[in-house]
Amino acid sequence: MSAAASLQVLLEAGQPVAGHRPWPRIVVTTELWHAVIEGLAGGGWTLLGLWGEPGMVHLAAHEAASGFIGVASLPCPDGCFPSVGRLHPPAQRLERALADLVGLQPIDAPDARPWLDHGRWPVRHPLGAASAPAEATSPYPFLSAEGESLHQIPVGPVHAGIIEPGHFRFTANGEAVVRLEERLGYVHKGIEALLAGAPLERAARLVGRVSGDSTVAYALAFARAVEAATETAIPARAHGLRALMAELERLANHCGDIGAICNDAAFALMLAQCAVLREQVLRASAACFGHRLLMDSIVPGGVATDLPADGVHLLRALVAEIRRQFPPLVELYDNTASLQNRTASTGFVRPDLIRQFGCGGTIGRAGGRDFDARRQPGYPPYEQLKFEIPARTDSDVNARIWLRIGEVEQSLALIEQLLEQLPMGPVCVEVRQPGQPCEGVALVEGFRGDILVWLRLAADGTVARCHPRDPSWFQWPLLEAAIENNIVADFPLCNKSFNGSYSGHDL
Amino acid sequence: MALITDYLVQGCQMLLVLLLAPLLTGWVRTIKAQLLRRRGPSPLQPYRDLLKLLRKEALLADSASWLFRVAPYLIFAALWVAAALVPTFASGLLFSWTADLIAIVALLGSARFFLALAGLDVGTSFGGIGSSREMMIASLAEPAMLMIVFTLSLLAGTTELSAIAQFMLTAEVGLRVSLALALLALIMVAIAENARIPVDNPATHLELTMVHEAMVLEYSGRHLALIELAASLKLLLYLSLLGCIFIPWGMATAGESWTAYLIGVAAYLGKLALGGFLLALFETSIAKMRVFRVDQFLGAALMLGLLGALLLFVSRSR
Repeated sequence: MSAAASLQVLLEAGQPVAGHRPWPRIVVTTELWHAVIEGLAGGGWTLLGLWGEPGMVHLAAHEAASGFIGVASLPCPDGCFPSVGRLHPPAQRLERALADLVGLQPIDAPDARPWLDHGRWPVRHPLGAASAPAEATSPYPFLSAEGESLHQIPVGPVHAGIIEPGHFRFTANGEAVVRLEERLGYVHKGIEALLAGAPLERAARLVGRVSGDSTVAYALAFARAVEAATETAIPARAHGLRALMAELERLANHCGDIGAICNDAAFALMLAQCAVLREQVLRASAACFGHRLLMDSIVPGGVATDLPADGVHLLRALVAEIRRQFPPLVELYDNTASLQNRTASTGFVRPDLIRQFGCGGTIGRAGGRDFDARRQPGYPPYEQLKFEIPARTDSDVNARIWLRIGEVEQSLALIEQLLEQLPMGPVCVEVRQPGQPCEGVALVEGFRGDILVWLRLAADGTVARCHPRDPSWFQWPLLEAAIENNIVADFPLCNKSFNGSYSGHDL
Repeated sequence: MALITDYLVQGCQMLLVLLLAPLLTGWVRTIKAQLLRRRGPSPLQPYRDLLKLLRKEALLADSASWLFRVAPYLIFAALWVAAALVPTFASGLLFSWTADLIAIVALLGSARFFLALAGLDVGTSFGGIGSSREMMIASLAEPAMLMIVFTLSLLAGTTELSAIAQFMLTAEVGLRVSLALALLALIMVAIAENARIPVDNPATHLELTMVHEAMVLEYSGRHLALIELAASLKLLLYLSLLGCIFIPWGMATAGESWTAYLIGVAAYLGKLALGGFLLALFETSIAKMRVFRVDQFLGAALMLGLLGALLLFVSRSR
């Protein structure tokens, strides 16, 4: 099977699953599974997710040329499946997580170390056949780097600042980084296990808390997956309000990030000014929808709160205020040579790696991968809105800052358009009772990148199984590549320009 | 009687620098906070922090040796003596003959030596990184400092600070290019030595970018209090040095009336406040430079010092 064959044609050879919407899920044979892996490794398709349940492993892939998205499912009754990571490195950590959570073992996997399970959980394989943990756990073997005068610098998981936990193992030659290896999983909360069997309302709240800064995007992805599974159509006003919330979240986070990146170069002025902007967005969000971060504002079936009477006015004032305050800050960034000196050419990621990993968000778009889930596959109401997707090819910290600046401007324009075109009517409908098991999947663009949520609903409407996949899964590995040939002291800058989610990744 | 007064005035100077040092640090922080549109803590906060640290238990790493425990006292002592030697409100005090620029540079060097050793002592990677970076900075800052000393001593004919201050007050100095170059070089050295932006960031929480903070990461309790106080003293020392050499006006001379001393103190406070304000302003307007650009920064300071000394020779021979 050549990689040139289309994903859709390839998957037609398998058994389609009834009741999986909006994109097909196909049960494949081992031969087809191998063909899919080869297609991914050939670069024609992008891996969107790899997850499992007892006896079955699922792989979601996207074909950029045709826009086709499909899920391939391989039954593995004997508890193992042919490794995807063997030929396609982006799948390696997903596979290791899958082995930890479900207990399905990848055959011939290049990396057999555990990933999320650090040997401190009360159970092994919590999503599969749960068993008592092994008595003695061996120390985690880090990858080696050999050479004269190399030394290791362990950083974290507890850091000097109040940030999320993650361990970084540097091998350095003086100041030059030879190798960085990440170790994540410290904030594993068992969200997937909590989701199994949860009623819709509780599940929506849980998914909204996978990564707090992306709560809108997660809630939106979950709601869209539920609506796809149950074939619930939601009112036009709900679509508009959802997009409004999503853009507010993007605006707040990008403003915060631009300041935070500059602060890591000890330029606190930018952080202080950008924090003011972020705070204004959060306050406007609280005034309009009742929550600063808009948590639980999006629910399956629509949105929880309608925009109040003065909401349009409030948000218009917010847009005008940011339009007034933001350009001088952009100018400040552009004109501060000492700052540019730190960001330009720092943390370069090779565009071929970005394509291979299907890295989304600002990191991907700053490195030539012009992918935005709002455009492709696209979801309402974005097809009615005019917006550009900023893209660059220089792929360094500076490019990622400029990309965020561009997206702030686009979000402002989108909010204005949304306010103008906001249809009247109800904002929420009852989710249809499925009556029989059904499955849904959704891809939504958060501020960090594309979030995938796949779920299966039981006949009574509760969640049987749900898998949210954070964009950080395909971004963290690239951070290891970005820091190569940089100096140790530039790592915080690179890390902040990525701003991967620990919580979303560790689930 | 005169001797007692002399001792008293000298004692006042020693106490003054010790008591003022945390206030100066607090003042710079307050100004910085206000430049960032924050309210910021009161300038007295460093005193509260020091008291809090003194009351806290000092925890030691298992791998810490005796050196780690004595280093804070040595560092503090060296910096207190050095800071007390620089003429602040009056010149020609009892111990002024010891206030030799080279002696002060040596005291600072020993303090740094012990701090770097303490950073290495516990054996953590951050301490090692901090010490290695500190020594890299020091190996560049010390020659620059010595070039500045040469320039000043060539001009004033002495390395004794009191005498230099007296000389600067006389009219025969005039405006000299060498002095301007030395001033610029001394400011650059002061920024590097005090771990300020753009060389180091005193407020950072990023372990991997730290220099000074990385070396003291393992300290706690009274040890940390002494190190923090020593760092404040160092900042005060450099501002006093700049004040006494380049803006000596208002300084009293030994044996003058108490009013002259009071005017001297007021002038000194004014100089510190101005210096602290300018430092905060500068730090707010610039990002930190890459570690490997520090050598260019300090290399420029060295060149400025060298140029200042050369220009003096050239103008002499004419």
